[in-house]
Amino acid sequence: MSTAEGLQFQDSGCPQGLAPAEFYQDNGQTIDPAAFVKRKNGEYSLDILVRGAKCGACLAKIENGIYELTGVDLVRMNLTTGRLRVTWSDPTFPAVAILHKLNTLGYGASPFDPDEAKTEHAKRERSLLIAMAVAGFAAANVMLLSVSIWAGGGEMGHETKDLMHWVSAAIALPAALFAGRPFFRSALDAIKAGHVNMDVPISLAVFLALGMSLYVTITGSGEAYFDAAVMLLFFLLIGRFLDARLQREAHSAARDLAAMQSVSVTRLDEHGVAHSVKASELAPGDIIQVAPGERFAVDVELVEGISELDTRMVTGETRPVPVEPGEHIYSGAVNIIQSVKARVLATTEDSMLSEIGKLLETGEQKRSSYRQIADFAARLYVPIVHTLAAGSFLVWFFLVRDVQHALFISISVLIITCPCALALAAPVVQVVAVGRLFRKAVYLKSGDSLERIAACDHIVFDKTGTLTQPEPNWTRTPESESALSDAAMLARGSRHPFSRAIVRAAGAGPLANNITEIAGCGVEGELNGATARLGSAKWILGEKSNATNMEGMLLFQFGDKDPVVFEFTETPVSGFETLSAELLARGVTCEVLSGDSEERVADLAQMMQIETWSSGVSPTDKADRMLDLQDGDRKVLMVGDGLNDAGALAHAHASLTPGGAVDISRSASDGVYSGEDLLTIVDIIDVARASKRTMLENFGFAALYNMIAVPIAVLGFVTPLIAAIAMSGSSLVVTLNALRLNLAKERRPSS
Amino acid sequence: MTGLLYLIPLALVMGLLGLGAFVWSIRSGQFDDPKGAATRILTDDDRPL
Repeated sequence: MSTAEGLQFQDSGCPQGLAPAEFYQDNGQTIDPAAFVKRKNGEYSLDILVRGAKCGACLAKIENGIYELTGVDLVRMNLTTGRLRVTWSDPTFPAVAILHKLNTLGYGASPFDPDEAKTEHAKRERSLLIAMAVAGFAAANVMLLSVSIWAGGGEMGHETKDLMHWVSAAIALPAALFAGRPFFRSALDAIKAGHVNMDVPISLAVFLALGMSLYVTITGSGEAYFDAAVMLLFFLLIGRFLDARLQREAHSAARDLAAMQSVSVTRLDEHGVAHSVKASELAPGDIIQVAPGERFAVDVELVEGISELDTRMVTGETRPVPVEPGEHIYSGAVNIIQSVKARVLATTEDSMLSEIGKLLETGEQKRSSYRQIADFAARLYVPIVHTLAAGSFLVWFFLVRDVQHALFISISVLIITCPCALALAAPVVQVVAVGRLFRKAVYLKSGDSLERIAACDHIVFDKTGTLTQPEPNWTRTPESESALSDAAMLARGSRHPFSRAIVRAAGAGPLANNITEIAGCGVEGELNGATARLGSAKWILGEKSNATNMEGMLLFQFGDKDPVVFEFTETPVSGFETLSAELLARGVTCEVLSGDSEERVADLAQMMQIETWSSGVSPTDKADRMLDLQDGDRKVLMVGDGLNDAGALAHAHASLTPGGAVDISRSASDGVYSGEDLLTIVDIIDVARASKRTMLENFGFAALYNMIAVPIAVLGFVTPLIAAIAMSGSSLVVTLNALRLNLAKERRPSS
Repeated sequence: MTGLLYLIPLALVMGLLGLGAFVWSIRSGQFDDPKGAATRILTDDDRPL
């Protein structure tokens, strides 16, 4: 980074370019995090949600950068969650310097309250992991002892065998009672509610096996089956843990949105003195001050000041919107030009960001109902399992009058019919498919998203940031190219998206003298003694210009020379030419829904040969369109970025977001893809359909297994241990089948 | 046979130590950031962990 004229150049965010840099809130006028600093025993700490940190280099850059600030004690960045924690003990340390530093490095930052962030999902995942560890430990050690018994071929001495049994009991009993808690609790809840789920036969099998084995150990007669009980628990817990992990990742949307909402805002009291308060503390009628680069946290009416707003997050509109006193501004917009005063119209509860948050939550709850397929099958299946086990017990008891023998056969029946393969059939395919997509830089957030993407027959695309790159690009022309470095000296002093495009093309460099930015017009400064201006056609050419057809342009005037025209375009993302054809070949139609202007949307739709499109669409309109398509029995895949799509995303059958989108949308959608290549979407559909086929194969196999295994067990040919192994074996087959997904070749010719 | 009387408890104790270590590492948050832990190896700083 170099300094010139007192302005530091911004670093470009992720060194590997895995996320676009965020330049909001520079030159020190950031939100004041004082409201979020926690104090404990003389130590201060601040938790920040960082946007754009994707790789190890980001982690090193952020931590090293913040350690450079004097007074900082500990800096810890969590790359997996994007959370940064800084602690210090000097009371005079300005917490705002941390945010400023992050923004200078090119990352977005929002302070948040960490206590709100600990969810039950994370706790549940952790407890399942510990239960799994305990079950694994017990299974390994009990097998150690059991194999010793078997290795003797039935010739092991009586006392030694008793010793082995007692030690197995000592390990297996506490371990099974601890590790089995998730199953026991779930089974108990289901029974109390008057029905059964899959955990009921599992818990029953575990208790019976343990009970019977304990009896055998005490009376010193026969075979004990502690190994069956703990091995059963271990394998099942693996499946549960993986499932919990996928669910936790899929449920961060509401939490991240809450973090974004608890920003602090500068409120002016009746004497005009500024105080930093949490956005959630604002009331309608309060007057707030919003600095350049700051985001509006609530809906407001502008009271004083003229400025321009970046409303990309709210409407998808790429061009800045000028505003003046009396106008209504929605939360989510970013102030660009200068500080303004505004009156709060709605509390954060009612503001647009909050409404979108509520849309997200209803959408999410709908999604979790998809996970009930296995439980529904269980509701039918489990009573059959119980009846069979009880029936086998009674029949065998009548036949041989030996409780132990009858009991061991019925336990075998109970274990072997346990729908473990059925339970793993889908999750294991999901994990493998997700891993395969991960290697293509596609990240799926929810485990059942694959099934839903495979079923989609229609895609709705957002335009800005999805089909086109989010930032406008400068079009290279001979005359603007020669003026580029001069224009850049002015452009570096402005936050306007067009100016940023010029700076990107020109790179780092010096700034002109005496720069002033004039709202609605442009930037003026001094270059080599002469006045230079970079701005809209209307401002530079004055009234004699034909300004209407010069909207997407900037004019640069140096001294007395003729103005040079800088043109900007939106570039479509690579793959746009063949996307529509590839999709049709797979039986998928598509359309474009965008908040942007008609000509831009029409142009793009024509280039991509997409027939259905709409422009000027608002967030609620998008959600409505989703519902319309649903009513028409179409299964819609929504592909979009930007916060305004979040509500529609949650109502679609499945959804995807290009990487580099606003984090919230990303978490609410089913997955993120890198955004560099539109044909990745076709790959995702291919993998999703292959996964669905594999899942059906697995379900078929699980059914076949039951048809063979159950009669064999009922007829008494199976011991509990063999039952546990057979049942685990069926899970293994299902897993291996899922791994076959990795071997499938790429269907479409790679470019 | 008497060997077993030493070996079995010994094996169990070692196993329990391993289990205890694993549970402690989960509780102390060492598994909370797998991505960060993987990339921290590559950074060049001399700060204590």
